[in-house]
Amino acid sequence: MHIEPEEIAETLEMISRHHLDVRTVTLGLSLRACTADDIDEIARRVYDRVTSAAGRLVPVADAISREYGIPIVNKRISVTPVAELIASCGACDVSPIALALDRAGAEVGVDFVGGFSALVHKGIGEADRRLIDSIPAALAATERVCASVNVATTRAGINWDAVLLMAHTIKACAAATSDRDAIACAKLVVFCNMVEDNPFMAGAVHGSGEPDEVINVGISGPGAVRAVVESLSPDADLTEVAEAIKATAFKITRMGELVAREAARRLGVTFGIVDLSLAPTPAEGDSVAAILEAIGVERCGGPGTTMALALLNDAVKKGGAMGTSRAGGLSGAFIPVSEDANMVRAVRDGALTLEKLEAMMSVCSVGLDMIAIPGDTTAETIAGVIGDACAIGVANTKTTAARLIPVPGRTVGDEVEFGGLLGSAPIMSVNGWAGTRLARRGGRVPAPLGGLKN
Amino acid sequence: MNTPAILSVLGEDRVGIVAAVSAALAANGANIEDIRQTIITGIFSMTMLVTVDEEACAFDLVQAALAKVGDELGLQITLQREDVFRAMHRV
Repeated sequence: MHIEPEEIAETLEMISRHHLDVRTVTLGLSLRACTADDIDEIARRVYDRVTSAAGRLVPVADAISREYGIPIVNKRISVTPVAELIASCGACDVSPIALALDRAGAEVGVDFVGGFSALVHKGIGEADRRLIDSIPAALAATERVCASVNVATTRAGINWDAVLLMAHTIKACAAATSDRDAIACAKLVVFCNMVEDNPFMAGAVHGSGEPDEVINVGISGPGAVRAVVESLSPDADLTEVAEAIKATAFKITRMGELVAREAARRLGVTFGIVDLSLAPTPAEGDSVAAILEAIGVERCGGPGTTMALALLNDAVKKGGAMGTSRAGGLSGAFIPVSEDANMVRAVRDGALTLEKLEAMMSVCSVGLDMIAIPGDTTAETIAGVIGDACAIGVANTKTTAARLIPVPGRTVGDEVEFGGLLGSAPIMSVNGWAGTRLARRGGRVPAPLGGLKN
Repeated sequence: MNTPAILSVLGEDRVGIVAAVSAALAANGANIEDIRQTIITGIFSMTMLVTVDEEACAFDLVQAALAKVGDELGLQITLQREDVFRAMHRV
């Protein structure tokens, strides 16, 4: 079975010209053995656990990257939701655990550590509340730690009290990092139907159904998919477009699976999943919006965008599912505004609005992601935006999320720079008609009939 | 352990490319199994299937030796484990 020179050239071109890479190798770690009565003792155990279990992650990933010639952009760690560790310690401020995770992450050389998290979709436990109350201080004082809170599921409905609490927490995160354009908000995700094996940040956690240690890999490759779509004849019909995307997604996935399998083997841990998500970066052309524009929408956000995105998302899944039997995580195209150069352009041009992103969220992964909004947006309005995202997730039995950044002192038309893969973003307009009555009703939105499947 | 790998060379054609690359491989215990080479409008393109004896020489040391040849001759040389191509291009 000889490999043809054209195939070798294609792979090299995908990597060197079209930014094909493995976006993340994420080591999931259970921290269940780290619980204690004393917050400092928990922090110490967490630090020891992470540094001893993840010490080889970065050298192994770097070696695989060199030997296979595949860039691996991020090495990350996801941990047991920290709210599950703190029930028996009475500390109100549990940010020392975040500091321990941050130090451990720095020690082993990873980019991010996810899991300063709580699941409160059906009710907020006492430990959950302490965790959530500690999020602003924790994210302001750390570089690598990411927080996430699950506020809704299709089986439980929407915990509306939790949504308002998270809206206030987002505002508090913005205030705590007002001197850094509210960077803490970029490390906080509010989820509906959170998954247990997501390798991507800021929403990665190590779920309770997982083994003690697991390798999850997130693929990428918007640039490679865009190049393939652009290479098609302008007359190619949408079935041909879908077919071309599917074939490319297969190749990208196989590369990701190879890396995942090899990383798990070398580290001696379980191979978990390959996440079939197209994740953009601010690099020119490495853009999900650019794929939609290559399919034919003049500017991302214009009429037809949601359909083009649905086609893309579906074709990636079909090609990816053929490429691996371990598909998992979020597995859908990401649409983080600040991290995607063509989305930023579309916002500046007035083509892409928050409402259109809400529609797009219903056919792809996660949704209202990395969106900078005016700093004076009220908590009640933010709650309404999160509630809309949750409703789409609950009703469609899919993961949705909001990563909103109300930047203090900034208003529509301003630009903020987050740096690195987080990119830069124009402040987007938010509809000002949420009012306050809905947010303050509290309670729970009941689960839909679709959640009653047994 | 004999590891199959794909070597690809791309750059401006000049005297001695095959000789230099082959010498670097031989010096590091890597065996050439197959060679395909073309020149298109002055650009030299070569792909080789080689096996690297990792007990004789670590994979990254073979890569380093080839990178040195690439720097000296102004060529883009990559050596990758063959699995990546097999995974991507074969069902």
